[in-house]
Amino acid sequence: MTLKSLRWLIPIAVFAVIAAFLYAGLFRDPREVPSPLIGKPAPAFSLAELHAPDRRLSPSDMRGQVWLLNVWASWCVSCREEHPLLVALAKTGIVPIVGLDYKDKPGDGRAWLTDNGNPYRTSVMDSDGRTGIDWGVYGVPETYVVDRAGIIRYKQIGPLTEQTLKQTILPLVRRLQAS
Amino acid sequence: MIRALLAAAYVVFALVPTARADDALDLRLRHLESGLRCLVCQNQTLAESDADLAADLRLEVRKLALAGKSDDEIRDYLVARYGDFVLYDPPLKPVTWLLWFGPFVLLAAGTVTWIVVGRSRRRATPGVKAEFEVAARNLLAGAAASPAGAAPAGVGQAETDSGDAARQPLDG
Repeated sequence: MTLKSLRWLIPIAVFAVIAAFLYAGLFRDPREVPSPLIGKPAPAFSLAELHAPDRRLSPSDMRGQVWLLNVWASWCVSCREEHPLLVALAKTGIVPIVGLDYKDKPGDGRAWLTDNGNPYRTSVMDSDGRTGIDWGVYGVPETYVVDRAGIIRYKQIGPLTEQTLKQTILPLVRRLQAS
Repeated sequence: MIRALLAAAYVVFALVPTARADDALDLRLRHLESGLRCLVCQNQTLAESDADLAADLRLEVRKLALAGKSDDEIRDYLVARYGDFVLYDPPLKPVTWLLWFGPFVLLAAGTVTWIVVGRSRRRATPGVKAEFEVAARNLLAGAAASPAGAAPAGVGQAETDSGDAARQPLDG
């Protein structure tokens, strides 16, 4: 049994490596583009509040606490999917949620929250989507976890699920709150 | 009449340069946007996508260009928000080394394998041929010994048999 007699294994090994990569690729979502904003300060904005347009909120107002920014819209279909989870999370009071009402009409947004429940401490209006661009939003819903110092720690693209909430977001929030 | 013509000419000449400047900007933006990926329909460029976000981003890119930003600055602006993914031409950095150099590494490995295998094959062939060579020499020596060897008609039965046996490996 020399090394030479094992040469036939080489193509099989190469095939196995390629197959392993392709197999792993089956379970990755190409729509999930990693955000370059993770670990960076939350982009600043100063936007009018949905329920009190004469008041403005900016990320610096949330300084000192861990918070979630949830990007939503009344026209967004998959927002309905995650909304009950947000309402339930808001009831626990674990973490404040700020809503970014993305490219929406204020009246539509308010009506939608009346119908579906309002989990947000405050929702702000990003009517032209400018703030969305600064935050790298490219699909609604999206959810960001921001720490006490105003650094973005996590970005969820697409609707929240019970699994991501329990396994990723809440543990991260607790860790950030403890630090 | 002349006055009207002059007025018309004035209007036309007043309009032409701005139209040209707009065309130049359009051309520049089109070129720039063709190298940027739309985040929503990921296999389309920013220039050709009909997605809402693409329209917003095109507007943003135009605003930046009108504000005097260079193509590189506009690209950096988008990369800061959406990552390298927006670039159809990924930048060269340690994470993308495999992407950029991988194909050349594979090509080199293939070439080396090809040369090594080719060499060992060429080295292996003379060994096999030596047997044939001996057989061929024997045959030639036999044919030279018998003057009738050149003329098949004159070859005896027994001789033909041995001749065929000797010829066999040559055919193979």
